[in-house]
Amino acid sequence: MKTKVMSAAIVAGAVATAVAGISLPNTASAQAKEKCYGVSLKGQNDCKAGPGTTCAGTSTIDYQGNAWTLVPKGTCETMELPGDRKGSLTELDRDLPKA
Amino acid sequence: MRSDTDACRTMSSFSAALTDADLPVPDGVVGPDGKPAPKRFNVYRNNVIVSLTEALAQTYPAIERLLGEDYFKALARSFVTEHPPTSPVLLWYGAEFPDFIETFPPLRHYPYLADVARLEWAWLQAYHAEDAEPLDPQVLGSVSPERVADVRFTIHPAASCISSRWPVFSIALANRFCLEDPPAIDLEQSESVLVARPDLEVGLHPMRPGADLFFRALETHTLQEAANKALAEISEFDLSGCLSDFLSVGAFSGLGPVGAPADRST
Repeated sequence: MKTKVMSAAIVAGAVATAVAGISLPNTASAQAKEKCYGVSLKGQNDCKAGPGTTCAGTSTIDYQGNAWTLVPKGTCETMELPGDRKGSLTELDRDLPKA
Repeated sequence: MRSDTDACRTMSSFSAALTDADLPVPDGVVGPDGKPAPKRFNVYRNNVIVSLTEALAQTYPAIERLLGEDYFKALARSFVTEHPPTSPVLLWYGAEFPDFIETFPPLRHYPYLADVARLEWAWLQAYHAEDAEPLDPQVLGSVSPERVADVRFTIHPAASCISSRWPVFSIALANRFCLEDPPAIDLEQSESVLVARPDLEVGLHPMRPGADLFFRALETHTLQEAANKALAEISEFDLSGCLSDFLSVGAFSGLGPVGAPADRST
């Protein structure tokens, strides 16, 4: 026996409660990350992309310019690193492993 | 000159023999002396199997950890021989692995494994899905109360859900995503998981009771219809809680067209 059915008004109330209850810091965009190049220590770069693309933990030197790690959005380029290095949102040509 | 049919026959006997060690070395595989080269072919055959086995291990690390490396390798080998790749894209290899695990007789006493594997597959699909901006909750908030029950959601391209009667979320955390601080696992517990990637990182989110039914119903139904479908199955279904969860983790990318209210004048 089906006794409980939600009316349109109940649905509208639930939507209002849900939308009102989402505080900004919890929303997905507020926790956004960005790829930051040239800031990870060797062997600690990100990239867990599955087979055929595995590169996580493959950087061989500290602050390698073409290896990235995820950092909170907006913090990458202001990051201060030893030796006057800065992070970058695009690949860098400094600190590359010798070919 | 050889015809196309000959070439096709050579290709198919070559690829069949790659994954079936009982088949003979294909015609035409010869060494510099012009004689058949079974050793060379075996090296190649082994490399094919090993690389595919490694690909599976990278897609399904929790399964590998649960079964142990040796067992996983043996399992993967038998999968590879039955399911050779159909696409050259390695990261799409292994979609049938969860079903294979489910029906693999020696694993019948570990019924949760297949759902854990489904969750790992969903994680990888979410990672590689198309990027899209998640729905801003205020957009939903701005729909008039008279019409909001009839809205349809566009599911975010990276969002999907895994329903399970097993604690797949806890098992996946304990064996892959949270190795340092593994949660307790209670095999009596059912867990469903929402997989989403609003930005760059894939998120796994345990779902409230009925939320998985609701999420699936939203793919084809209006908000009110979907809510009532979930409520019909799960009496404690919490609509506002579920919506709040979905909006917070980026499960939607937009609102579909809101249907015009039914014309009641005729």
